[in-house]
Amino acid sequence: MSNASTSPPASKGSAGGFFSSNPLLALILQRIFLGFILLLAISALLFIGIEVLPGDFAQAYLGQSATPEAIANIRKELGLDAPLLERYFGWLGGVLQGDFGTSWANKASVSEQIGKRLGNTLFLAFWAAVVSVPLAIGLGMIAVHYRNRFIDRLINVISLAAISLPEFFTGYLLILFFAVNWGIAIFPSTVFADMSFGDRLAAIALPCATLVLVVLAHMMRMTRAAILNIMSSAYIETAELKGLDAFRIIAKHAAPNAIAPIINVVALNLAYLVVGVVVVEVIFVYPGMGQYLVDAVTIRDMPVVQACGLVFAAVYIILNMLADVLGILANPRLRHPK
Amino acid sequence: MTDELKDLGMLVARGQVSRRDFLGRAAALGLAAPLATSLLSSTVLAAGPNKGGHMKLGMNGGTSADSLDPATFASSIPFTFGRVWGETLTETSPVDGSPVPVLAESWEASPDAKSWRFKIRKGVTFHNGKEMTADDVVATLLRHSDDDAKSGALGVMKTIQGIKKDGDDGVLVTLDSGNADLPYMLSDYHLIIQPGGGVEEPAAGIGTGPYKVSVNEPGVRYAAERHEGHWREGVGHADSVEILVINDLTARMAALTSGQVHMINRVDPKTIGLLKRAPTVSIENTAGRGHYVFIMHTDKEPFLNTDLRLALKHAMNREQMVEQILRGYGTVGNDFPINAAYANFSDDIPQRTFDPDKAKFHFKKSGHDGAVLLRTSNAAFNGAEDAAVLFQQSCSQAGIQIEIKREPADGYWSNVWNVQPFCTSYWGGRPTQDQMYSVAYQTGADWNDTKWSRPAFDELLVAARAELDEARRKELYREMALMVRDDGGLILPMFNDFIAAVSKKVGGYVHDAGGEMSNGFAPIRAWLA
Repeated sequence: MSNASTSPPASKGSAGGFFSSNPLLALILQRIFLGFILLLAISALLFIGIEVLPGDFAQAYLGQSATPEAIANIRKELGLDAPLLERYFGWLGGVLQGDFGTSWANKASVSEQIGKRLGNTLFLAFWAAVVSVPLAIGLGMIAVHYRNRFIDRLINVISLAAISLPEFFTGYLLILFFAVNWGIAIFPSTVFADMSFGDRLAAIALPCATLVLVVLAHMMRMTRAAILNIMSSAYIETAELKGLDAFRIIAKHAAPNAIAPIINVVALNLAYLVVGVVVVEVIFVYPGMGQYLVDAVTIRDMPVVQACGLVFAAVYIILNMLADVLGILANPRLRHPK
Repeated sequence: MTDELKDLGMLVARGQVSRRDFLGRAAALGLAAPLATSLLSSTVLAAGPNKGGHMKLGMNGGTSADSLDPATFASSIPFTFGRVWGETLTETSPVDGSPVPVLAESWEASPDAKSWRFKIRKGVTFHNGKEMTADDVVATLLRHSDDDAKSGALGVMKTIQGIKKDGDDGVLVTLDSGNADLPYMLSDYHLIIQPGGGVEEPAAGIGTGPYKVSVNEPGVRYAAERHEGHWREGVGHADSVEILVINDLTARMAALTSGQVHMINRVDPKTIGLLKRAPTVSIENTAGRGHYVFIMHTDKEPFLNTDLRLALKHAMNREQMVEQILRGYGTVGNDFPINAAYANFSDDIPQRTFDPDKAKFHFKKSGHDGAVLLRTSNAAFNGAEDAAVLFQQSCSQAGIQIEIKREPADGYWSNVWNVQPFCTSYWGGRPTQDQMYSVAYQTGADWNDTKWSRPAFDELLVAARAELDEARRKELYREMALMVRDDGGLILPMFNDFIAAVSKKVGGYVHDAGGEMSNGFAPIRAWLA
């Protein structure tokens, strides 16, 4: 750190000294710590929220065949007769060791099930991100270059239209045209263990396209706005006067300074790709976390609902934290604090 | 005349005309139904089932919580997939509902119908290569009789007192009281015969069915491949069968119309018009035993009064219910829970119709004053809230005021059904009249949801159960039906159809009142043309 000499002399060995000599690290650790506290709070909220929800697993599971004795039996078997706090800490202790308990409905390990499902969801989210992030940023740059001209407007209108349609509707439209009418895409998008990589990619084409359409506009518009903001500064004018070509100015001079807000919006959208896919997964019959969660909610399989909720919350918090940290790293003023 | 029928028969064979339409045309041409049926089967057989191909089904009714243990089967997909890999001792005939021998080759009963001997078929092998024996049958039946197994067939097995091997190829079943329906009861889809009774590995998915389980991903998909050397002709035509779990209706319809699956279940009557427009799809609706009901507790005010019950029964516009709630995909009910899908059904019981004058008369006679409170929720059945409003309107024509209370879907089965005196509900039906009446109309039955109790009815029920003479039995059931119809707390406006949609590439779809998707047999009975 070039500015380390200006900070108060470090007292060797003490944690305070370590942090003050590494303010960036301190900042990052602080974020991680806060994230952890937040996750803990969310776990409590989830547990209480599910507790006060109307409806009951035993009733939902037994349906029409629920007699008071059968309900009492199931509740006893699942340990639901223990006090709330005891159950919460029991569950939390398990979660800290990576054990989300067993599903009430089929007595299978939730962690194992989630492992497979989360893998599928991340696979879909990853490919949606691989397509959408470069596309959004590229389109944003093109829009800046042709600002207020026909191409800019076209990009804007199309991406806004895509975001304005609810995602289930976008999904159904894609199914209607690509799968039903033209028959060129695979539907349903079910993937399974012994599928080849190529088949997998083909299977997720439609849900991936749906997700791309949903997140594209937000990122594209933020990129455009952030870069445009920079484009009006004096140093860009200088670059222009130097005779640099337009794309070079945007990519080399403007974009790096606009990176912080872009990272933020990208991270938010990545988080959305993972946690917002519930509807898309159900429509495309994709065996990911979303569908697992919906299955569990219908039958009130609470260990699964809690685990999915917590995993989603963790993904959201981690990605936001990452955005924060990258935002700090991208900003020289924060990177080198006085 | 027969030429035209033969052409039609070919169309049925190719799956382009439904069996029902064929019979309708045959009747129009003046041909008696039994003759038409035999003509149809000979034409269909002549066209021949096509062998080979990969049959795919997209179905609603499966979650990641499902297991291959037959004792746990509760929803459509485990039920249907169970038919693919497993077999039971008996099945019910799609033609008249009578029991058909499968793993049991034949059976005989003692004159009091208390003791039954089943002869077990020889030369049947499990998918693990072992031969199926009477020991496996005994072990399977014993496992499902055990309280700890939590089998869905426990209710059926409770009446069985003893199960033991009798000679090399026989199984002797003794009952605590006579029951002529035992062969029907053993067709229960939970009672798949497993090696060693499935005691060691209940969820291994090893049975004697036409296909071997190759993929088991609960809530996602199931697949099975042909079991070479399966003993039975006429089932298992495709090389392999796959069931995809598609719980979303729109996705199911899209998967079918885009040709990715060959059959789907549970088509909503509301969207059937759209699906019919697809040129590659045909709708296969089958009248089943399921019914939608309005139930009154006959032991609580104000429904203690027979006249009030009759008033409400006469105030029900059944045709309108079938037309608007089921969009025509159903049949009218007659206030007793039995229809032509059951064996020993009497079709000469007069149909009750909407009659505001009679309703007015009985209502006045009952002396009831003010509105009648009806509780409902769409949890009871799809469209129950609309059905309640229709009922309210038809009642008002008879001067009866109905107050509707919408209840939350959550907890409807524990807080409203079987608790509140008047509500909407449904029944899936049972394989036999005896089971339907025992489960919901006998004095003291847990699910007697009309709280109706008549000793004379209970006596008839027991007498009919042990009666081996079919004609006499039918007479007893007729008497019981009339008692429920005229005195019971049940208003039964409609029986709902099972609605499946099938690609035109599929041949040999058989209508079977026993359950949805050809009673679960669709993937093994049908073939790919």
